[in-house]
Amino acid sequence: MTTRIFGSGIKRREDPRLITGQTRYTDDFQLPGMVYMVVVRSPHAHARITSIDISAAKASPGVVAVFTGQDVPLPGVPCAWLVPGSDLKTPAHPVLAKDTVRYVGDGVAIVIATNRYLAQDAADLVQVSYDVLPAVVNPEDATKDGAPLVHDDVPNNIAFRWVASSGDEGVDNAFNEAAASGVVVQERIVQQRLLPTAMEPRSAVAQWDQFAEELTVYSTSQNPHIARFILSALTGVPEHKLRVIAPEVGGGFGSKIPVYPDEALTAWASMKLGVPVKWTETRSENYQVTIHGRDHIEYVEMAATNEGKITGIRGKVYAGMGAYLSTAAPGIPTILHGLMYSGAYTIPNIRCESIGVMTNTAPVDAYRGAGRPEATFLVERLVDRLAAKLNMDPVELRRKNLIPPFENGHNVAIGLTYDSGNYEGALNKLLSIVDYDGFRREQAAARQQGRLLGIGVTTYSEICGLGPSQVAGAVGFQGGLWESAIVRVSPAGKVQAMIGASPHGQGEETTFAQIISDELGFPVEDIEIVHGDTDRTPMGWGSYGSRTTPVSGAALVLAARKVKEKARAMAAHLLEASVDDIDYADGKFMVRGSPDKFKTIQDATLMATLAWNLPAGMDPGMEASQFYDPPNFAYPFGAHAAIVEIDPETGTVALQRYVAVDDCGPQINPMIVEGQIHGGIVQGVGQALCEGVVYDENGQLLTGTMMDYAMPRADMFPTFELDSTVTPSPHHPIGVKGIGETGTIASTPTIYNAVMDALRPLGIEQIEMPLTAPRVWKAIQDARAKGGA
Amino acid sequence: MKVTVTVNGKRYERDIDPRMLLVHFLREELGLTGTNIGCDTSQCGACTVHLDGKSLKSCTCLAAQADGREVTTIEGLAQGDQLHPMQQAFWEKHGLQCGYCTPGMIMATTAFLKTNPHPTEEEIRHALEGNMCRCTGYQNIVAAVKTASERM
Ligand code: FES
Ligand code: FES
Repeated sequence: MTTRIFGSGIKRREDPRLITGQTRYTDDFQLPGMVYMVVVRSPHAHARITSIDISAAKASPGVVAVFTGQDVPLPGVPCAWLVPGSDLKTPAHPVLAKDTVRYVGDGVAIVIATNRYLAQDAADLVQVSYDVLPAVVNPEDATKDGAPLVHDDVPNNIAFRWVASSGDEGVDNAFNEAAASGVVVQERIVQQRLLPTAMEPRSAVAQWDQFAEELTVYSTSQNPHIARFILSALTGVPEHKLRVIAPEVGGGFGSKIPVYPDEALTAWASMKLGVPVKWTETRSENYQVTIHGRDHIEYVEMAATNEGKITGIRGKVYAGMGAYLSTAAPGIPTILHGLMYSGAYTIPNIRCESIGVMTNTAPVDAYRGAGRPEATFLVERLVDRLAAKLNMDPVELRRKNLIPPFENGHNVAIGLTYDSGNYEGALNKLLSIVDYDGFRREQAAARQQGRLLGIGVTTYSEICGLGPSQVAGAVGFQGGLWESAIVRVSPAGKVQAMIGASPHGQGEETTFAQIISDELGFPVEDIEIVHGDTDRTPMGWGSYGSRTTPVSGAALVLAARKVKEKARAMAAHLLEASVDDIDYADGKFMVRGSPDKFKTIQDATLMATLAWNLPAGMDPGMEASQFYDPPNFAYPFGAHAAIVEIDPETGTVALQRYVAVDDCGPQINPMIVEGQIHGGIVQGVGQALCEGVVYDENGQLLTGTMMDYAMPRADMFPTFELDSTVTPSPHHPIGVKGIGETGTIASTPTIYNAVMDALRPLGIEQIEMPLTAPRVWKAIQDARAKGGA
Repeated sequence: MKVTVTVNGKRYERDIDPRMLLVHFLREELGLTGTNIGCDTSQCGACTVHLDGKSLKSCTCLAAQADGREVTTIEGLAQGDQLHPMQQAFWEKHGLQCGYCTPGMIMATTAFLKTNPHPTEEEIRHALEGNMCRCTGYQNIVAAVKTASERM
């Protein structure tokens, strides 16, 4: 038996083109006759448009056309996650504002010119007069009586109010009992807004073929099939005449899931003008108008016995939605958030109330982790608070409440069935790598010297691999969540596998080839994974929610197995043996007992394709197609720890160690798994330590460029120490779970709790994120003034 | 205005708008789209190239300023089929995911190794402060630079 390709950290097949610049991202496409579009955007957060004068812009050199909202007949951009039972309001989201602008960046006109410089020149000449209106940016304040209304048809700016509960009576009882004879801990948490900041800004290139009446849109999309669906509805071009291509895509992190007005306008402009049109946002535009993440104000509390048994958790969340409901927005602080309040723990009583609030800010939608980082953060915060209150070690408290190991389904009180988990196993491994007890001794000694040393430990479980379509429908997602794959073997034995999902950096051209190679024995070099083009791939719902490998990967495995069974039948026929007597190993079908009598899968493919002599009832060719709708979500889990030291004189947080033990089931390519975790950790640490969107009270974006928004940089980090455990998913054909978001989900609370642990001698219990040096320094000063140690 | 720029060893003469940025010149006039644009405030480093052998963010430079000078872009780094050791190391160490920051990372770090051929991990991390990556968490980029430095 050769070394199994499944599980081996082979080099990525996508890299040669990426490290040499021999590839194309959307903005790299130059089509003959192409013109450039720039969107004129509102400088005000809330204003009435009193007039727009485009005459100077039209007369500007190189200008092809200028259009305002009055000229563009497209319907508004739809919201596609209509959470039921929440009294959801879906205010109109026009592609260009006609009378009212609702956030800084709202589009009011488009200018098209022969190059991007001339288009920008002319855009600056569009004269828009505004009557400025009062704005509201804080989602909690926005719900108060008298707050400015973002939309007249959304009273109190409340877009929805959603409740998930294991039973209100039980929850109330748990908290009443704990208040009387146990403990209750509370926190008000601000989950600050974040900028996803995919390094490639969004871009679209549209080409209308007026003779064929076909529209092609190159788009920075994580889900070209969804983009086609929505763009078809907006432009009126039927889906079979509309091709969406997501070429190389430079990261997404959720921000390239939605369909925005800009892509629709690019498409419309190409149809209107009969020439290819390109639009590419600048980074500042990206920060203004591409979706933001998080933006919660949460009131959360946890009830427990005096022995540290958690009896209940509940939260009330004001979730900022921004000025319009983006594609998946309502689903994020509800389904993907409230249903995760059990975390990795047995908690009998759970309740989440989530209030979606419109504000005069950029729309908020899925950003890496989407709802689950917020849930994990509050659960882990409350557990640490509880430990502090009970004077218990936070790890011991976790251990007391962890769900015991399970291999095939565990129901949590809020109604989900986790697929498999061994939380204590991951925790134990973590603690031994960290040398937790040793660290506590070192910490005690350091504290004697006045040093602020702290550790944070997180145990998490998360929900990914979205998901069963029936559930999608039940929770109001306006689409399915299945995937499909076609595995096609050419006569000479080369494999093309077409998938509907659309990876954009996660490496599935490699890992999926490993899957096929493992199933069918073709060398990886002979396998091509085709994705990101609605004309070349079968339908799929895209790459997000760590679903590509769990869902699309399952479709691929099953399609490959169909090919294998056909090849086995063909080989049996060629070998004049019964199918039942054929063994398979490493791409060869052998007659049982006489291993030198064999046919390779290539032989079988060639003969099936020639079809000169097929077994009765077999169709020619070697190809299979498979749809896959997962029976459940996948629940990866793990345990993370961080050790930090704080400089008491400056408030600077130095991250000394970061250890992560994650379990995503069997790993197809451990090198790629680790890469996903590294990136995730850094994004989560970014939230804890440096990132945060700031709007002033008038709705002006103060963190509008990379100069003002603090992105994590290489020198903030030590070398991460990674390890894993392997607990297969019971419902997946090869047991795999997703790993794209775990790092982000676990690292924010890990760092935060480490900082709070370091500051405990000073009596500091809470600082609003991000934990920048000035904020930490101020907290230390305040604590000292109050007489802390 | 007319400019003459040697890019990856080849001389190009173009008549351009004087305000054209070097990055747009490379991408749109010459079709060398390997150099990417990730910001508009010179923070991200995605556009890094070499100008006369030194690393430069090509979004901060006018094409006119490159007149008469030599530019190397990511397309010019390999010798034929032979990858530059830095490219090879990025590949082996999984120093990239979406690849968007990668050309800039590779150009910046190859120039860095000329000034510091055997850097420590800390020096590498510090040297990356002008280059942002949202995917990799930097760890494997640091490893790649270290590996390349040991081979060069
Ligand atoms: S594009 Fe030049 S530094 Fe960002
Ligand atoms: S690899 Fe995606 S930004 Fe660096």
